Amino acid sequence: MTGATEQLPRLLSLVPYLLTRPGARMAEVARTFGVTEEQIARDLELVYMCGLPGYFPGDLIEVDITAAGRITVSNADQMRRPLRLSRDEALPLIVGLRMLADLPGLQDRDAVDSALAKLESAAGEAAATAAIAVDIEPAAGRADILAAVHRGLAEQRRLHLSYYVPARDETTERDVDPMRVSVVDGRGYLEGWCRLADAVRLFRLDRITAAAVLDVAAEPPPEAQPRDLDAGLFQPGPSDQRVVLEVAPTGRWVSEYYPCESVEPLPGGGARIVLRTPDTRWVRRLALRLGAAGRVVEPPELAQAVVSDATAALAAYTAAGLAN
Amino acid sequence: MSARKTERLLNLVICLLATRRYLSAEQIRRTVAGYEDLGDEAFKRKFERDKEDLRDLGIPLETGSDSPFDDEPGYRIRRDDYSLPDIAFEPAELAVLGVAARTWQHASLGGPAFEAVLKLRAAGVDIDDAVPVAIETRVTTSEPAFEPLRRAATDRRPVVFDYRISGATRHVEPWGLVSWHGRWYLVAHDLDRADTRVFRVGRIVGSVTESGAAGSVVVPEGTDIRSIVSSMNVDTDRLTATLRVRPGAALGLRQRATSVTALPDGWDLLELAASQVERLADEAAGYGADVVVVEPAAARDAVLARLRALIP
Repeated sequence: MTGATEQLPRLLSLVPYLLTRPGARMAEVARTFGVTEEQIARDLELVYMCGLPGYFPGDLIEVDITAAGRITVSNADQMRRPLRLSRDEALPLIVGLRMLADLPGLQDRDAVDSALAKLESAAGEAAATAAIAVDIEPAAGRADILAAVHRGLAEQRRLHLSYYVPARDETTERDVDPMRVSVVDGRGYLEGWCRLADAVRLFRLDRITAAAVLDVAAEPPPEAQPRDLDAGLFQPGPSDQRVVLEVAPTGRWVSEYYPCESVEPLPGGGARIVLRTPDTRWVRRLALRLGAAGRVVEPPELAQAVVSDATAALAAYTAAGLAN
Repeated sequence: MSARKTERLLNLVICLLATRRYLSAEQIRRTVAGYEDLGDEAFKRKFERDKEDLRDLGIPLETGSDSPFDDEPGYRIRRDDYSLPDIAFEPAELAVLGVAARTWQHASLGGPAFEAVLKLRAAGVDIDDAVPVAIETRVTTSEPAFEPLRRAATDRRPVVFDYRISGATRHVEPWGLVSWHGRWYLVAHDLDRADTRVFRVGRIVGSVTESGAAGSVVVPEGTDIRSIVSSMNVDTDRLTATLRVRPGAALGLRQRATSVTALPDGWDLLELAASQVERLADEAAGYGADVVVVEPAAARDAVLARLRALIP
């Protein structure tokens, strides 16, 4: 989404930017503005023709570009400040800062609050109107747990976590070297090097039931890389299995709730859903939940597992004398 | 926009910033480069469009006159209204600003967020002087209806759209958008039902059409769109359920249980509050043979129905 600006708004920022940075390198300026060096050169050619009415040499903006590509702009006093922030520009920054302010246990709370105050003041009316229009649910998680997580990050110390995995209905104990906290669409995760799995793992903050900061330095190995958040949190893996489900209209929510590879509407309002997952245990639980509203079509072993699960569950009711 | 037009507009902006007195259209025509060789009508049209273009960019073009005897309105741009105020940030503040700006990288507001950072840089704020920070945030806005709704909410315009659930065309006054549990919701005043409604943005079909003037929607004082969405999603707990749970299993239920009693056969008896029979049945059924619903009977029957449907 960079470099898509129109020329005029870009010039209104480019001139003040260059005025405060005499000798700025062409390559860096182009990168900062998200355009090619050729475009910056064209921008400067235009700027060089502009100035105060009269347009005599003394009126025109001066642009000097050295052979090494260093730019100096002068005689552009009228353009020494950029244009104020528009509503659309103030909005994402303010909403983004508020998301951080809402993060429980955050270390740099003061910095967020003061940055927000300064920005709101600088944006003036633009801030007031724009920011009411968008709000993001605060990331869930206990403040005390998150405070431990943030402390582990800040002090770069290993954490001991108790982590609940609903799909397996179990709590595991793990030692994790914290790398980063990520909040994606309001859901918070700790990314860290899990010493149990010997790999980078994402832990949902609201599923960490206990966290202790250990007296050990965090030492993620050099190959530990945080996830590329823009590639999506759930990336296909080599051990993914292909699952095909058919759901009735009352089961359509499944396609909205889980990341699916494809969703094909069926006559009658239902849908045929294809998805991939490394662990099918959650699919078995989902099938039990859906009952008549869903059916596992593939793989056949999974469909059979669901039948066994349902049979075992019915047996539990019979054993308790509750199967009417 | 052609380079020639951009040049003319830039010269116009510089001229209007430089002047202390209001300048009439004629004065502008004579002094600002780019309006030469135009007939009166042609100039008038061109100047009108130019003024609109400046206003579209958010440039505060002021009309007025210096003396009550001036027939014609004059124009100028007041520097204080035009400029981004002087603003300085500490390194820790720059760090969180950077995080906030990157939040929208791949969402509809990514472009404006980028422009905002550019303006700050142009004001001498160097985001790169930040301290490194171990947090990243992201927001996605993959629903096509998000951006038109956001604009309409910001501009305070009513809109019309088709909604998958009811299949009907809805006429609403958008108040705001809330991201809740990873999904976007529109909070609006529904004109047909004369009441507040919450819509799932992903269920809006087709386009969102603006149906009124900017500023015509009035959002009631003190409206808190987040709490409107959260209260619509939270049910009050009306029933008490009793469940037999295998030891060590159903940790999700155990965490919410109001009481846990060990039974002679080794299982645990849990009591917990629930809002609806079907929701309780969904949850209990998911645990398979690890959970048996004892009470209420309706929930137990609902689980049994689900299980029986799965046996061929």
